[in-house]
Amino acid sequence: MENTIIDNKITHDLMPVPFGFWGKIWTGILLLFCGIGAFAYCLQLKNGLAVTSMRDYASWGIYISNFVFFVAISLVGSLITAVLRLANVRWSTPLTRISEIIAVSAIIFASIIIVVDMGRPERFLNLVIHGRLQSPIIWDVVVISTYFFISLLLLYLPLLPDLKLLIQSRGNRSDRLSKVYHFLGSFWKGNPEQVKRSRKSINLLCITIIPVAFSIHTVTSWLFATTYRPGWDSTNFGAYFISGAFLVGAGAVVVAMYVFRKAYHLERYITGLHFDKMGRIVVMLAMLYLYFNINEYLVPAFKMRKPEAAHLMDLFAGEYAPLFWFAIVVGMLLPIAMLMFKRGRRPLPMFIAGIMVVVGAWFKRYLIVTPTLLHPFLPMQDVPASYHHYFPSWQEWAIALGSLAGCLLVITLLVRIFPIVPIQETINEQHETAK
Amino acid sequence: MSNENNSRREFLLTGLAAAGIAAGCSSKKSVFEEASGDEVKATGKLVKLLSVDGEVIEVDEAFLKPVPHLPPVSNSEARVGIPGKKFVMVIDLSRCKNLKKCQSACNHAHELNPGQNWIKVYSMQDAEHTAPYWEPTTCMHCDEPPCVKVCPVDATFKRQDGIVLIDSDRCIGCRFCMAACPYSTRVFNWSAPDIPAEVAAQPYSCESSVPQKKGTVGKCDFCADMTRMGELPHCVSACPNGTFFFGDMNEDSVTNGSDTFRFSDLIRDKAGYRLMEDLGTKPSVYYLPPVNRNFPYGSGVEKDSTGHPVTIN
Repeated sequence: MENTIIDNKITHDLMPVPFGFWGKIWTGILLLFCGIGAFAYCLQLKNGLAVTSMRDYASWGIYISNFVFFVAISLVGSLITAVLRLANVRWSTPLTRISEIIAVSAIIFASIIIVVDMGRPERFLNLVIHGRLQSPIIWDVVVISTYFFISLLLLYLPLLPDLKLLIQSRGNRSDRLSKVYHFLGSFWKGNPEQVKRSRKSINLLCITIIPVAFSIHTVTSWLFATTYRPGWDSTNFGAYFISGAFLVGAGAVVVAMYVFRKAYHLERYITGLHFDKMGRIVVMLAMLYLYFNINEYLVPAFKMRKPEAAHLMDLFAGEYAPLFWFAIVVGMLLPIAMLMFKRGRRPLPMFIAGIMVVVGAWFKRYLIVTPTLLHPFLPMQDVPASYHHYFPSWQEWAIALGSLAGCLLVITLLVRIFPIVPIQETINEQHETAK
Repeated sequence: MSNENNSRREFLLTGLAAAGIAAGCSSKKSVFEEASGDEVKATGKLVKLLSVDGEVIEVDEAFLKPVPHLPPVSNSEARVGIPGKKFVMVIDLSRCKNLKKCQSACNHAHELNPGQNWIKVYSMQDAEHTAPYWEPTTCMHCDEPPCVKVCPVDATFKRQDGIVLIDSDRCIGCRFCMAACPYSTRVFNWSAPDIPAEVAAQPYSCESSVPQKKGTVGKCDFCADMTRMGELPHCVSACPNGTFFFGDMNEDSVTNGSDTFRFSDLIRDKAGYRLMEDLGTKPSVYYLPPVNRNFPYGSGVEKDSTGHPVTIN
């Protein structure tokens, strides 16, 4: 009897609710940004990539760094869902859906932004028709689509018991949302056979997603590391990218935790304990990333080979120095310093640290992509002055911001439709602790 | 029969066939519509032609009609290359004075977007106390081309005659090849190239690289269309100082149009080298060091109206 009351309370607390005033404003703003981005992309389709500030030397710009950012952030799905689940960590249950939603929407926009970067997007299918397995781009296409489907399944399968609750809660209503729920989950009865199968599949997916997650970001790092360029030609790149990806993903989850907790009053479900634990994880990951950064910059800086030297000096003390030190200090050192202490791991400081990690990470990706291209082996001569520098055009900013807004929009909509915290799992755990 | 003879005959026949033999007995209506539509009256004046079988035949002059310029080979043939050849270039740095005739000839021949250059002439100085010199660069047509390795769609490819080409009809514009090329040789058509409409309407061939297309990568093609005709690349014939030598490694000879050398002798005697040998890309372009120069470095420095050297940024 007591159980049923608690169950009902949990179900009531966690059911998705229609947008309130601020929810509508938020969604409207995101739609506006997406619209501006779409408009800028139409201009780009019409006039070619000339509307960007990319030129023959800086031939990759914020589209590519944004792509790397999206791929990086999507890795969090595998960290929170798979790694922690396999390690039998129980406290992460309320965070699994948030991280899986972030993973799916980020990987969708990684794919979109990479098409935006193509000079001939209408020839996209050439990747299938004429694909050559020796190109790291094809590896990326293969692993990213694999990762997308596994992430989708890891979002969907744990959702099934909740879909049953959602269908029940809507009774006999036949609006669009109910149809969606019915379409997705009406076959789920929750009988032991189904539960057993679902659990088995989830475990299997958790195991498979880890190597695939490592692959997507390692292969993405190889888009750079397989070239000869100073700053990219590094055997450290795979691990460097993976550690950075886990950091930014964890930062994003912290931000999402804080926002959803505030917006949906989930203080009872996403507690101080979760912030504390995530804080520890962020510190560990930031230290790991810092370690790889030291590897990445100190070793070549010790030798200062001629082509590397020009690039490194530009980062350390030249044109990119403010951004470089911003990414190191704000993206790594300050969060470490803040979250080392228990007082720093309370929700609000955690939220601020999470924002710093994510923003620092976005600029870090930019610093990985563009400065290298502006330090070629042969000098930049005999080209227009605009070729020597790169600052994104408004169209690039609009498209990049539009893609970020689009990613947030997908997250917002998914959260509108599905419970942010898994209801059934929370109930089950409640029962277990009650025993 | 040697390869050389073979290719020469092939060349002759292609030329003649295009000139007219086929006109008399054509079944390809589309190409020869004009001829088939008219009543052709024999003039009685006969012209001697070499037939496909190698026989000399006589054809009435009236049957000779101009044919539209079509790419001489299909895309699949262009991807294979010219059998038995291994093209090589030698750039003699002691002859270069930054005239950039090579560049303008190349830009003109390939109808490049204004401002775009496939050939670049760098002002180089390797170290503080070493002598400056001019260094023209083309595509290196590497035997281990990093660009080809990374291309996801086989749009850039290595032919059996050593030439690396781009198929602009297939390129997706990802620009991975530009990031991969250590010689910064590749350029991108950020917008639709600003070229005459009739050039843009030409049938595209990856051997001539004309017309360049929006959203695709372009680069030096060793003038694959010229070499198929047995002629020299445009940069070679345009340079008044004979800086560029071009030839066939299998024949072991290179020429700049007026002087012809044994390739191996030239490289040995003048200590030829390749750019960034340590990367293992194995370029097909060799350089002769800037010693015993024909011109001092300063003669190539561009001067502004006041006579001051224009700084190269």
